[in-house]
Amino acid sequence: MAKDKPGALEVKTFADHHVITQPNPLQSVLRHVAEKDLDDPVARAEKALASLSGEFKNWMGIEADRLSAAHAAILKNGFTKLAREELFRAAHDIKGDAATFGYPSAGTAAESLCRIIEHAPDLDEVPSELIAHHINAIQAIVRERTKLDTVSTASELSWRLRGVADEYLTRANRDRPEHLEAILAPSIAPGE
Amino acid sequence: MFRIDFNKLRFLVCDDNPHMRRILRTLLHSFGAREVYESEDGATALEMYSHYVPDIVITDWSMPIFDGLELAQMIRQPESKGNPYAPIIMLTGHSEKRRVTVARDAGVTEFLAKPISAKGLYQRILNVVANPRPFIKTKTYFGPDRRRNTSNTYIGPERRVGGEVEILQQPSLLDKARSTV
Repeated sequence: MAKDKPGALEVKTFADHHVITQPNPLQSVLRHVAEKDLDDPVARAEKALASLSGEFKNWMGIEADRLSAAHAAILKNGFTKLAREELFRAAHDIKGDAATFGYPSAGTAAESLCRIIEHAPDLDEVPSELIAHHINAIQAIVRERTKLDTVSTASELSWRLRGVADEYLTRANRDRPEHLEAILAPSIAPGE
Repeated sequence: MFRIDFNKLRFLVCDDNPHMRRILRTLLHSFGAREVYESEDGATALEMYSHYVPDIVITDWSMPIFDGLELAQMIRQPESKGNPYAPIIMLTGHSEKRRVTVARDAGVTEFLAKPISAKGLYQRILNVVANPRPFIKTKTYFGPDRRRNTSNTYIGPERRVGGEVEILQQPSLLDKARSTV
């Protein structure tokens, strides 16, 4: 850590709150450079990320298998609290990682699964096929990615699943306005 | 134009997913950072936060037992012996408006929705380094000033009484979360 020593806090007190400021402790790490500075840290990082891309297929396979294992545990023991959390985390990780790994359609299907887990009033009442189709779709998208004709199929599959899931969730939450609002709200994720 | 000397910054990265930690480490190192400490859960991250005193925390939200939201709340304890002011960047797969608000109210400084991009991460770091926000302490909140713009059309209740504060104009956290940069 090579920053300025923490500056004295300046506290302004008002009726029901305090405003606290201090000299920027990270000021010394800022460096002014000319506009034509050729060093581009973002380009450097993108290049480094691209150099990792050889690992992405394997990583995506691991993530998809983790999801399938979580689903298998539920088929065996039902929706226990732990099993539900593990299924959600596995799907949530794919939702967040899949586009980076080059599998955006898997991310779409995983997001749809997350929404089911988060917003279904009772997971035991959700048609088991609906969850199974999401798991199987993600596995298929990951395993069959190398086939040239699968990109559009994967996209269509994942968005159709999302449509079916949304239809179910909208119906199941018709008396739960908070969930309904969340289901119908647009995503803030970039690119959507 | 400003650049950051990343080699002078110490980062704490908290994410239960080893692949995402590897990506974050790769990005931060290629930015120039040398000190990147990693944790796979919130409890360990809190210990490392006290031990290593990082300049910037980058945390996932969804983790087992002790998640990123709780980590932010634990760091933002005004009476704690540690540094409650460090910038916290929430990097998460959650992509609902409600989540941004919850993260903001837990004291998170910046919100970055996955999928991650080098540009998005760099911009968040640049912003917390170059534009630190004043902190607000109330009975129910301690963290970066949540007001990012002034509005003549605001019709909700005034949550602060007794004085006007200069607003550090920035896009709202939600608007920034919607953008990759």
